[in-house]
Amino acid sequence: MQFFLEVLLGGLLSGVMYALVALGYVLIYKASGVFNFAQGAMVFFAALTTAGLVDAGLSLWLAAPLTMVAMVALGLLTEKIVLRPLVAQHEITLFMATIGLTFFVEGLAQAIWGANVRSLDLGIEDVPLEWLLENANIAISQFDLVASGIAAALVTMLAIFFSKTKIGRALRAVADDHQAALSIGIPLQHIWGIVWGVAGFVALVAGLLWGSRNGVQFALTFVALKALPVLILGGFTSVPGAIVGGLIIGASEKLAEVYLGPLVGGGIEGWFPYVLALLFLLVRPEGLFGEKIIRRI
Amino acid sequence: MLYREAGQFKATYAEDSQIFPIRQDKIGIVLILAVAFVGIPLMSVAGFLSDYSFTAILTPFLIFSLAALGLNILTGYAGQLSLGTAAFMAVGAFASYNFMLRIEGMPILVAFILGGLCAAAVGIVFGLPSLRIRGFYLAAATLATQFFIVWCLTKVGWFTNYSSSGVITAQKIEMLGYTFDTAFSKYLFVLSVVCAMALLAKNMVRTNIGRSWMAIRDMDMAAEVIGFRPMRTKLMAFAVSSFYCGVAGALFAYAYLGTVEPEGFNLDLSFRILFMVIIGGVGSILGSFFGSAFIVLLPIFLNVLIHFLESSAGINLPSGISSSIELMVFGALIIFFLIVEPHGLARLWQIGKEKLRLWPFPH
Repeated sequence: MQFFLEVLLGGLLSGVMYALVALGYVLIYKASGVFNFAQGAMVFFAALTTAGLVDAGLSLWLAAPLTMVAMVALGLLTEKIVLRPLVAQHEITLFMATIGLTFFVEGLAQAIWGANVRSLDLGIEDVPLEWLLENANIAISQFDLVASGIAAALVTMLAIFFSKTKIGRALRAVADDHQAALSIGIPLQHIWGIVWGVAGFVALVAGLLWGSRNGVQFALTFVALKALPVLILGGFTSVPGAIVGGLIIGASEKLAEVYLGPLVGGGIEGWFPYVLALLFLLVRPEGLFGEKIIRRI
Repeated sequence: MLYREAGQFKATYAEDSQIFPIRQDKIGIVLILAVAFVGIPLMSVAGFLSDYSFTAILTPFLIFSLAALGLNILTGYAGQLSLGTAAFMAVGAFASYNFMLRIEGMPILVAFILGGLCAAAVGIVFGLPSLRIRGFYLAAATLATQFFIVWCLTKVGWFTNYSSSGVITAQKIEMLGYTFDTAFSKYLFVLSVVCAMALLAKNMVRTNIGRSWMAIRDMDMAAEVIGFRPMRTKLMAFAVSSFYCGVAGALFAYAYLGTVEPEGFNLDLSFRILFMVIIGGVGSILGSFFGSAFIVLLPIFLNVLIHFLESSAGINLPSGISSSIELMVFGALIIFFLIVEPHGLARLWQIGKEKLRLWPFPH
């Protein structure tokens, strides 16, 4: 039972981290209807830039804001150069454009900073929490706890931002209907710029956390692929969906790895979330919290 | 002037429904085939073409064309975006390998076809979600294929004949006592297979199967209402597309690489083939060939260019930067094509033909 709890908690905590990446997708999709495949590349870019700046001698507190500036610039440029000319195109076209963007950003990050693995130290130790280990004999990493704390705080902030502030409401209006939003005087280009900036910020946080956990390397982009089943499960348009989906994926993937893995040879973490999400889709095509899909001719 | 169909009349149904109704197209295709089947072999015999041009350019170009053709059937004609192309190629390659290995005296072509059929069966299974979901939900779901198949081939030793490293060495290509072992003969083998399958695809997309795919692509609800069965049509598209990818995968293993491992069929390869389809032209048979040529030649061209710049400017770029630049150029090109010419190189070719129709007059 203890072991089960340990695995479950570990899974839930890493699920929060998945949710953090998934959040970046949801933000952009909600506001502009673009499924931004490049979110993973942005996470990689953010982590690599911060690590590179730290290696160049800057302190983390200076490097992170500088990276933030770079991320916002990247987001704004993407919006201007890639998405604006593609306005009103089919969503699959936009999706493919962001796949192109993925390659570009990955190449750009490596062209600037090189392809070596870098380490990133946030000053949080990755050791089991002593108190929990002594009292309940469950080993939970301190780092995971702090990371999920940060993620939870970020999600709460975004939820408030979306529901309470003027910009947040404008974002939701744009998400509902571009033309209606335009007609009541919401500046569309402006809003999209903000969304890409916020997505860049989320990517930065995710990149810092994942980068310091697993090392800053190309494999970071695969974390983003892990976020896709989270999205399918939770629904593309729902912030709470991303969180719940992340928790489900995180927990089930760890449990499956531990309990089912030995039966089939291990390493099933890579595809299990996808198959889970797929089976779920067969029952509920719009995801847990997604808007019901209504189709008309 | 050059490309004018005025005066070419079609008096019978047979004439009306031929593949290349315009005389210039017929001449063009005969010329291309003549160059591919006769001209290039002659040049090779005369010593103008090295083995390198076959192993590094012509053979991969043809194999990727076939894979792109497969994906184009699914994405371009039936409108189902897939990111699992490489997985279907892997199924084709490993299934063919096992048929050759385990059945005594298996003819290679039959093994390829059986490999393709295995890929088609896998395609049908993983195409099932397309009945409920669409768009990028489906694209994300096809990633499941990609990861699951590669994992499966790595973990289950039987598929790789319990090779410790997971690498398989493809058997020799033998037909009627002749062994295709030189780069040149492998090229001819691949060329024949690709031509036959391209002809088949061309015919498929202009008959009722292809039209039902396009109806589903353009609006699946409407297609269903007027009587197309979405299940049959979509699964058929998945099956045919996977068959093409499977055969391409088998050729990839047998005629191009020789030794392959499951990891060789990774997500990167899937993306590369998707790029071929986008750049070449979504929903165009000819476009698959254009796209493949483009993606195969681009890295070679970039390398030459970077070397040239290095030597002429006298600077030494750090190693590895050329691959980063390659990624950037790939990405930028994709975006460029989607913005400027969403129908790809095939559309440029059409525009060129229209210009030729008028040339040398302005109107």
